[in-house]
Amino acid sequence: MKDYEIVIGLEAHVQLLTESKVFCGCSTKFGLAPNSSTCPVCLGLPGVLPVLNEKAFLYAIKTALALNCRIQDIIKFDRKNYYYPDLPKNFQISQYDKPLAYSGYIEIEHNNAKKKIRITRVHLEEDAGKLIHEPGKGLSYVDFNRTGIPLLEIVSEPDISSPEEGSAYLQELKSILQYLKVSDCNMEEGSLRCDANISVRPRGEGSLGVKAELKNMNSFKAVRDALSYEAKRHVELLRKGERIVQETRLWNERKQITELMRTKEETHDYRYFPEPDLVPFTVDKKEIDRIKRSLPELPQAKKKRFIALYGLGKYDAGVLTRDMEISNFFEETIKLFDNPKKIANWLSGDIASILNERKITIGRTRFKPAHLAELLDLIHTEEITGKMAKEILPEIFDRGISPKEIVRSKGLKQIKDAGELASVIDDVLRENKKSIDDYKKGKVNALIFLVGQVMRKTKGQANPKIVNEILKKRLEGGG
Amino acid sequence: MTIEAINKKLNAIIYFNKGVSATQSGTPIAIKDNICVKDEPTTCASKILKGFKPPYDATVIKKLKEAGFALLGKSNMDEFAFGSSCETSCYGPTRNPWDPERIPGGSSGGSASSVAAGIVPMALGSDTGGSIRQPASLCGIVGMKPTYGRVSRYGLIAFASSLDQIGPLTRSVSDSAMLLNVISGYDEMDSTSLDLPVPDFTQSLVNDVRKMKIGIPKEYFPEGGIDKEVKKAITKSKDILIALGAEPVEISLPHTEYAVSCYYIIAPAEASSNLARFDGDQYGLRKDAKNMVDMHMGTRTAGFGSEVKRRILLGTYSLSSGYYEAYYLKAMKVRTKIKDDFLNAFKLCDVILTPTTPTPAFKIGEKIDDPLKMYLSDIFTIPANLAGIPGISIPCGFTQAGLPIGLQFLAKPFDEEALIRVAYTFEQNTDFHKRKPKI
Repeated sequence: MKDYEIVIGLEAHVQLLTESKVFCGCSTKFGLAPNSSTCPVCLGLPGVLPVLNEKAFLYAIKTALALNCRIQDIIKFDRKNYYYPDLPKNFQISQYDKPLAYSGYIEIEHNNAKKKIRITRVHLEEDAGKLIHEPGKGLSYVDFNRTGIPLLEIVSEPDISSPEEGSAYLQELKSILQYLKVSDCNMEEGSLRCDANISVRPRGEGSLGVKAELKNMNSFKAVRDALSYEAKRHVELLRKGERIVQETRLWNERKQITELMRTKEETHDYRYFPEPDLVPFTVDKKEIDRIKRSLPELPQAKKKRFIALYGLGKYDAGVLTRDMEISNFFEETIKLFDNPKKIANWLSGDIASILNERKITIGRTRFKPAHLAELLDLIHTEEITGKMAKEILPEIFDRGISPKEIVRSKGLKQIKDAGELASVIDDVLRENKKSIDDYKKGKVNALIFLVGQVMRKTKGQANPKIVNEILKKRLEGGG
Repeated sequence: MTIEAINKKLNAIIYFNKGVSATQSGTPIAIKDNICVKDEPTTCASKILKGFKPPYDATVIKKLKEAGFALLGKSNMDEFAFGSSCETSCYGPTRNPWDPERIPGGSSGGSASSVAAGIVPMALGSDTGGSIRQPASLCGIVGMKPTYGRVSRYGLIAFASSLDQIGPLTRSVSDSAMLLNVISGYDEMDSTSLDLPVPDFTQSLVNDVRKMKIGIPKEYFPEGGIDKEVKKAITKSKDILIALGAEPVEISLPHTEYAVSCYYIIAPAEASSNLARFDGDQYGLRKDAKNMVDMHMGTRTAGFGSEVKRRILLGTYSLSSGYYEAYYLKAMKVRTKIKDDFLNAFKLCDVILTPTTPTPAFKIGEKIDDPLKMYLSDIFTIPANLAGIPGISIPCGFTQAGLPIGLQFLAKPFDEEALIRVAYTFEQNTDFHKRKPKI
């Protein structure tokens, strides 16, 4: 692989979070009964006409500006003609030669290096319906609820040089879109979809290799895996002296391979032409400036601020600002408990694990900044130990009640009294004679082990600092 | 004779709406079969839409219902409005009340024939390249194509979206003005409708053309390109208006000769895309097959008539990659030139006077196998659609054989008032509109 360079361009499709569809008034809500959110317009019945949803357009412009794009002087739509049963008009209203925005970039940070990935174009189009197949019965169904949901296509230049960089680019894009509140970018629910163009070339070679288009990657991991697989496949072919054929391939998640979908010869002629039912229009420059000024602080800027203002390391700042809700949670907590590093540790540690496990975002839980601040305060004032805090964390998530209350109701309390601890320590020392010897031989780890044993016996309630002190004294005092 | 009996001879109305009886109050009106009426068959006179009943009313239908009109039924048309003779309907041809051996014009032939024959006092049609004005002319009635954007197209099953416009077919200019009042206006469901105040068009029913400048475009009187009797009637009409105080102005519309070619690139291109949805999936005809592609192909093969297929092929071809620039893009540029021609001409005159059609009604079957000849029937009406300007056709004479001849006026965008005024004045000072066909 070292002799070869990978060239990747990504094409992301993002569902915009408008309440209604892009060309009609139907709801965009996810998970409704099939075909219940439809009307003559999105069903493409004879005689209907599209009317552009202003909000969808505004979201598109917002996104384009956040991606440092230039906005087209005249906004127009085109028809992309092709036959498919998920497309009730048998054409898709899209944008062809004049995407609403172009020439932008995203700055990513990967392997501690900053890199600009250029954005070729951003355009607005309508989503297609969803086909549901029942292969056993030889039946297929169409759900038109998704038909007409506003979709933003964001195409990058082939500036991405590894699968990991591709993943970082997607992650940054997702963060930006979430910060803008224009999409929830949920790859599992399909609100963020990604296709890729990938080619390889001998390192130092000027011209690009023959590319493959990859589809059907339904998670960040799938994007990474598919790109890695495909890059290897290309390199292997080249090593064998074979030619790479331009084609579209599907990622097979189960088999972890890419499979041929169609060759270039089978490529559609979409017969694009200007959509006559939508009148081209211009956007006032002042309006664009106004939107630009109203953009929220974006992830990269917030990251820089977190480093400067809270003294966080690059890594912590990156983890916290990747998710807007987490970054807001962080800042809300700081107002109540002024120790950024501790808050950061909790957010990127135990709290992140719970969120991951439950597949939920922090905003949708009952866990609030006040809870975290209180929990940290309880540790700080040595009311409870860190271990106890970790143990009650899931309960705060479940019940949304204050940590203090849980501590009180459970009778949890740190044992700080030396007399109370003495008998436990006696037991531990009696049971671990070898550790005492080890310590005396200079093995510092032995002390840590003994503290751990005391903590275990007290079910985490002992104050580790005090235990530490007493143990040290006893060991050095000759036991 | 009952209207059913008259209709049997003409085949003008293809479907009488349920729930409309002779005793119902409200002016009866016929609706061209490409305008959606809720829960009533709307088929574009095509097999492919057999059985289709729209679940919604077109905006014009909503307005007619609110105004208390009695929607009598659906009028016959060329399949999908592709035609100038009303012969390509899947329900069979409509006949001209002045001579049942002849075509009524098209594509709104059923609307024109039913109004001329007295089945209804008025009808709605749609005009993409002359489909209201040409049949009005050949049936001796008034037909008006409003400015593109004056009347909502929501619910009009699209032929060529950038050219289509709904308009009235009536027996008098005043009826057209009245009907236009009802159907005009901005519609939030149609982005191409214009948000302009709608004047009361009946205020323009003024019998006075003094000082009105009437442009006479030399390109609309080509040597040998017009029937002699038509030419004579048009010249006479011009003289009548001059005698009434109008001022003739010689004008030129230099790109007129490219209009028909330009139209036959743009209209089929849009149509090929608009008609893509008729595939048997959701509604209308379905020819079952082993797989989806065969079902779509079988449905479209069985459902569309040959003229529809011809135009879909034309349009698909001209939009194809490699041909787009040479055909569609070039046609769009020519279209701009044609529009500019009109805008320049209207600096010199208030309205333009032309024949509506080069010949009176021809015989059924006469041109059906010669599409190029057929396409030329719309040579004088097509430019107005390309330019988006309003036009009206009114009766201005008869041939020796007793066939009506139509006079066309064109005006600048959103100046239907000028059309109504000049047409009304001509009508008030002539008797052509009073003559009725014997059936």
